[in-house]
Amino acid sequence: MAKDKKQIRIALRNCGFINPENIDEYIARDGYQALGKALEMTPEEVIDEIKKSGLRGRGGGGFPTGLKWELTRKVEAEQKYVVCNADEGDPGAFMDRSILEGDPHTVLEAMAINGYCTGASKGLIYIRAEYPLAIERLKIAIGQAREYGLLGDKIFGKDFSFDIELRYGAGAFVCGEETALIHSMEGLRGEPTVKPPFPSESGYKGAPTNVNNVETYANIPVILLKGSGWFASIGTEKSKGTKVFALAGKVNNVGLIEVPMGTTLREVIFDIGGGIKSGKKFKAVQTGGPSGGCLTEKHLDIPIDYDNLIASGSMMGSGGMIVMDEDDCMVSVAKFYLDFTVEESCGKCAPCRLGNKRLYEILDTITQGKGTEDDLFKLRNLGNVIKDTSLCGLGQTSPNPVLSTMENFYDEYLAHVKDHKCPAGQCKALMSYIINPDACVGCTLCARVCPVDAISGEKKMPHVIDQSICIKCGACFEKCKFGAIFIE
Amino acid sequence: MAKVKSLDDLKKIKEEFLSKEELQKNGDKSLGIVQIKVAMATCGIASGAKKTMDYLINELDNRAIDAVVTQTGCMGYCYAEPTIEVTLPGKEPVVFGYVDEKRAGDIIEKYIQGGELVGDVIPVNYETIEEHNIE
Ligand SMILES: Cc1cc2nc3c(=O)[nH]c(=O)nc-3n(C[C@H](O)[C@H](O)[C@H](O)COP(=O)(O)O)c2cc1C
Ligand code: SF4
Ligand code: SF4
Ligand code: SF4
Repeated sequence: MAKDKKQIRIALRNCGFINPENIDEYIARDGYQALGKALEMTPEEVIDEIKKSGLRGRGGGGFPTGLKWELTRKVEAEQKYVVCNADEGDPGAFMDRSILEGDPHTVLEAMAINGYCTGASKGLIYIRAEYPLAIERLKIAIGQAREYGLLGDKIFGKDFSFDIELRYGAGAFVCGEETALIHSMEGLRGEPTVKPPFPSESGYKGAPTNVNNVETYANIPVILLKGSGWFASIGTEKSKGTKVFALAGKVNNVGLIEVPMGTTLREVIFDIGGGIKSGKKFKAVQTGGPSGGCLTEKHLDIPIDYDNLIASGSMMGSGGMIVMDEDDCMVSVAKFYLDFTVEESCGKCAPCRLGNKRLYEILDTITQGKGTEDDLFKLRNLGNVIKDTSLCGLGQTSPNPVLSTMENFYDEYLAHVKDHKCPAGQCKALMSYIINPDACVGCTLCARVCPVDAISGEKKMPHVIDQSICIKCGACFEKCKFGAIFIE
Repeated sequence: MAKVKSLDDLKKIKEEFLSKEELQKNGDKSLGIVQIKVAMATCGIASGAKKTMDYLINELDNRAIDAVVTQTGCMGYCYAEPTIEVTLPGKEPVVFGYVDEKRAGDIIEKYIQGGELVGDVIPVNYETIEEHNIE
């Protein structure tokens, strides 16, 4: 591969190139050829190709896709279903939305191929209602595919019928979990249930159901057209192909990227991402969203794949990647994700419903400067209990952001609880605005802008801030023309 | 539209579309048409891609420049939205970033009419599936 080109576009191959509202443009780039080809093969042969490609689920879990198709195929049933998981609930993630908005037909084509392989005649796309443009383009795409006979009865003149409908989610993170998603589609509460049974045995309306993620599907047509060998030549030993990431945070080039598995974090952040904004220092990168963890300097040269990320204390997740610099406080970062989890927990089981709330409260206490070393012990203990005892993936992974930041930034936690200082200067309660009497000329400006009259002093004499009144708004700091006010 | 009944039918649609496109791209300058793709995914639209697209259509019309302006999905350059891809007849496509109405005006005047590269050109930093070969 050319050294300057770190990306390969497989799942994103058409995004930005075709008009997503014109099926001819998709066909002009070999669209629906993979479906035509698959229908000339036996379902077993198609599944075998997918298995040999080494493709694993891009929705987070990384389950081997070909194996899942085979499992669904093997269950005998009158009716089976093909489901596309387009719930995409991770904060800051938009990989799936981009694929649906830029190349909706690829998902339809792959779902039809799956229907042929598993013996399902019906496909359902579960998409959040907050994605109106993706929904509109999917509707147009489904309409055009039906018109061309690429969905419907006797596709390609063969004895195979398949159609697709949309189902709307209300945007709950937990509804991305496959059992909760199925319940939500059935009109029940979007709560997970214990697996097994897996959806491939008993899913939508009790029928065998193959659930895959949007990006997983987007790889399928390429595997069939270019061959499993081509696909398997990209990536690492156990993770094949590419992964799309939504690169965000303190990097210069935020955006969607698609890199071969095995690319390092350093290449992603510094070569593709263009390095850290404003020449600041790299501190950490969060992968895997609310289920993932924060990786540091020492992880920068690890090849990214499912197994390496887990071994480093994070995970692939669906592809959110948030870069942090020296100004980010890791305790606050952990608190941010916990806040999200507490909001999104469905409340069905106690460890997740109550445990995460307690974790959040402890973190809050620490950022308020009222934490103790004992709190750190509690965080770790409780975090591990929640991981071990929660019912679904949400609870089982929710303490990861806390545990991984404690693992990699223990000093920063200690500084909060022992010295009552926030080294990154983010925790307001732990900062003080102080006037340096040697630099203050007594111009009185700060005293006039202070909204709570915390500053006193005679004209032309050094001023002082009363820390018990100061609300740390920073107004005085901004206004002082003599640089006499500093933050500690 | 007749239904697609075979891979051959599919191939026909592909070839028809490609030859139409080829005609626009590779015709000599007097015949060829300028092709512009505006990235219109949620991210692009939020940064003003719709305005840019409307402006381009109007301004090209005002100047009587023969061009097709179409929408595409997201090219992934969120940091530089709105982005547009311009293909002059017989030339490689060029992607421009940060294209607000003012930049769009510059691109029409300097690049499309003058052939001179302006503003923020985004380099191609990926391989396509056609380009990537087994090592
Ligand atoms: C809390 C939670 C949220 C999830 N959210 C999503 C999601 O938004 N999209 C998705 O594709 N998978 C999500 N998953 C994973 C799904 O349960 C399931 O594994 C996936 O859709 C299977 O598809 P894949 O094998 O193609 O990855 C989530 C799992 C959990 C536990
Ligand atoms: S772990 Fe959390 S989200 Fe999952 S079932 Fe239990 S309460 Fe609901
Ligand atoms: S604005 Fe600065 S120089 Fe003026 S009184 Fe306040 S601290 Fe002193
Ligand atoms: S930080 Fe705000 S509240 Fe505190 S002394 Fe300065 S102006 Fe007053």
